[in-house]
Parts: sequence; C-alpha cells; structure tokens
Amino acid sequence: MADTADLNKTPLYDLHVELGARMVEFAGYAMPVQYPSGIMTEHLHTREAAGLFDVSHMGQARVTGDEAALEALITADLSALKPGEQKYTLLLNADGGIMDDLMVSRPFGADGGLFVVVNAGTKGKDFAHMREAFAGKAELHELSDRALLALQGPAAAAVFTGLVPDAAKLVFMQCGVFTLDGVEIYASRSGYTGEDGFEISVPADKAGKIARLLLSDARVKPIGLGARDSLRLEAGLCLYGHDMDEDRTPAEAALTWAIAKVRRERVDFPGAAKILKQIADGPAQKRVGIKPHDKSPAREGAEIVHEGEVVGVVTSGGFGPSFGAPVAMGYVRADLAKPGTPLELMVRGKARAAEVASLPFTPHRFYRG
Amino acid sequence: MTTRFTKDHEWVRLEGDIAIIGITQYATEQLGDVISVELPDVGKSFKKGDEIAVVDSVKTAAEVYAPLSGEVIEINDGIEDAPQLVNDEPLAGGWFAKLKIADKGELDGLMDEAAYAKHIA
Repeated sequence: MADTADLNKTPLYDLHVELGARMVEFAGYAMPVQYPSGIMTEHLHTREAAGLFDVSHMGQARVTGDEAALEALITADLSALKPGEQKYTLLLNADGGIMDDLMVSRPFGADGGLFVVVNAGTKGKDFAHMREAFAGKAELHELSDRALLALQGPAAAAVFTGLVPDAAKLVFMQCGVFTLDGVEIYASRSGYTGEDGFEISVPADKAGKIARLLLSDARVKPIGLGARDSLRLEAGLCLYGHDMDEDRTPAEAALTWAIAKVRRERVDFPGAAKILKQIADGPAQKRVGIKPHDKSPAREGAEIVHEGEVVGVVTSGGFGPSFGAPVAMGYVRADLAKPGTPLELMVRGKARAAEVASLPFTPHRFYRG
Repeated sequence: MTTRFTKDHEWVRLEGDIAIIGITQYATEQLGDVISVELPDVGKSFKKGDEIAVVDSVKTAAEVYAPLSGEVIEINDGIEDAPQLVNDEPLAGGWFAKLKIADKGELDGLMDEAAYAKHIA
C-alpha cells in the first residue's frame, strides 16, 4: 500500500479501509483506487446495477452576491439557469485556456445563490481565481465541511428514490435540497459515468452514515477511482489535467457545446475572440475518440501517427470493460478528426493500427424523463 | 521440481533444461485484471534480465523480464486468447513461455519460495 499517512483524508477514509480498498494518492488525498473485487468487476457492476463513489476530494462552494462576477469567468448563461437546474461549464483563463471544468447549479431556490463543484486538483487555484475576480461583488463560501458521494448506474434511481422519494421528480441535470434519513442533502441527477445517477452533497459528519445506508442496499457496491476512470473514458468524458488543461481551448477540446449561445453572441467569455475564431476557422487540433485495433491499450502520452507523421498525442487510454476492447481519447490534427480516419499509435516503440471513433464508446443512459 | 522467483516478481520452474516462466500471484494482485499479454516469438533468444513479454492490465502496462537466458521454444497461446488466466492461475495455466536454457547456474541468483515470501512481505 502506498504511504498515505501525510495525505488529506475524506470523511469516508475509515470506511474505505474497512471495505479493503487499496488506497493511493490522488490530488493530495488518500483515495480508494479499487476495492477487493477489482476494477473490471466494479466497472461492470456500475453499468449493471449501481456503484457508490466517494468524490469528497472535489471542491464544493456556494457563490452568493452578483452572479455576473462568476459568469464573467465561465462559459455558461447563469441568467438562464433556473432554480433546480444544473449546468456543465468551463472556467477559462484570459487566453481561453481551460482552467477547469465544473458543475454550477441552483439547488437553493431563486435567491439562495449557486452551488459549484470543481475538480480536486484545481480547487485551490480555482477558488483563489474566483475570489480575486469577485472583488467584493460576489462571495465564495467554500463548503469544506461537506462530503460528496456519487451513486451511479441503472439501479441508482430505484435505490436513491427509495430513500429520498422527492428526488424522483429530478431528470438529468436537475437538482435540489432534500432530506435523507433526517439529514439535509443537496442532490443533482448527474454524474461522470454516462449512466443515470445522482451526486449527493452531505455534511461531512454524516457522510459515513449515509454511505453505509446506501451500501446496505444489495444493488450498491463501492467503486474506486480506477473504475471511475474507465467508466468516464468509455462515456467520452474529459478528465481535467489530461484531456484538457490551460493549453487547450474549448474549441480544441470539442467542448464548444458548453459555451452558451448568448455568451457567443455577446463575445463576453474569457478568450472569446480567439475561441470564436477557432470555431469559425477550425482549430489546428481537435480532441477525438480513438479505437485501437489490437488488444494492447495505448496509454496517455502515446504518440499518434498518420502517414508517417506525428499528428497528435493520446491523453487518456485504457481498456473499456463494457466496450470489451481498448479505448482512448487524444488530440489529432483537425483534418484527421473524422470518425473512421486511420491512425497509428506508438506503443512500446511499435506503430499499432487504430482509427478515430465517435464518442461515447458506450451509449449514455441519462434519465431525461 | 523447484520454483524460483525474481525480485521483479517472475517465477521460473525448471524441467530438465527447459525453463517455464510466468509472473507471480503477488504480481497479478498488484496489476489487477489482466487484459492482454504480448508474448515473444518462438525461436528468439533472450539474456537474463531482457524484456521478454508485456502484460497490460486495466490499470497499467508492465514489462516481464527473462529470469534466465535461453531460447523461446513454446509460448502459451491460451493467455493471449484468455488473459484472465494470468489472474486466475498465475503459477499454472497462466504460464508465459518455455525457454531452452544454456546455463543452469543462473538459477542460483534467484530466490526460493521462502526468500520470495520475505521479499514481498
């Protein structure tokens, strides 16, 4: 086991150890990479029933005050975000580089401000950037006293609404404040697996109790970061710091759908001029799905070759247990981004046949009502 | 018939001048679910310590080094078709290759079961 003594611990650390997890370092936290059943079994279980993920390492905050101060930093149209709705959005630097991807939602009613969830590895930087830009017009209240759980899979809704009947009204990307076993929770119908499911913010001191309650349902198994990664990769979802970073814009990352139409019309998001020009002219490189033809996965960092020339790099790669074969994502020259385009991946010094594949590798099964 | 172990978690079992090689239970536990194995070509010779095979698991790729010098005379096609065998039976059905070895003396540098158990403890 990795030495995790000096790392931050989530409120569920003791539960992970009790469940026999192998703990590893991730973004400064001791996190479960897998439980004894292993990544393959955990992955398949999530697609067949329901998986419980501890994502308490992620940053949670409430933003109050002038929402325009937050909107100026991201790509969403917050005036269109109604109470009970959630949006996926991007935090951009002045050059249009992606500082983070985040969820912003309005679970607390019309006047309760916004609930924001950002990535673990970037939360310090994100929150500092927001506070500086808010300059007294808006306030960021970090919710470090809350844990975050994700319950994902086709059985997630039956399990969760059995405990929280009111949550049955939620469809994909809706949210609210609910009561679970007497505890006030913020829940959204969303996730990072491509499956139906919920993300559930709970008070840190109640996290163990709620996690155990969810795990007491035979349909629910604990799932580690290993399967979380293979699930999101099959679902074609980006991992920050790998599939996108400050050197990539939303146009290159194929995330232009996350830029609200009115923000494009107003040309008022960070890096807007540059990004809108990339959208109009086509970026030099583009993120694509890649399907290797042979059995060996191409991992992050593998060079992508086309007709003898290096045309890009793999940014995520592994085996897709539900897809039943290796899967990858990476950046290629934009003229090679069309599904079916033949590529070669350099794995251990050998060029291996692959092709551009449409994303996702496994169909999304979000609940849209 | 003795089985010997390397510090890199390969095992080798000698039958006459034929060495059967594979990876240990501990190695498979560290790797997790094996999803593909690249085995060497029959007829190719390796020196002790050369990379002879590669194992890919859901988590990572790992090189397998030749525990002894020799020429590959047979590979286990079974684990190319059903890599899960490496997890299920690392010391039996999950063997990797058979080598015709030249120098049994190379075996002396390897660990016996008790020493290996201590190595991974």
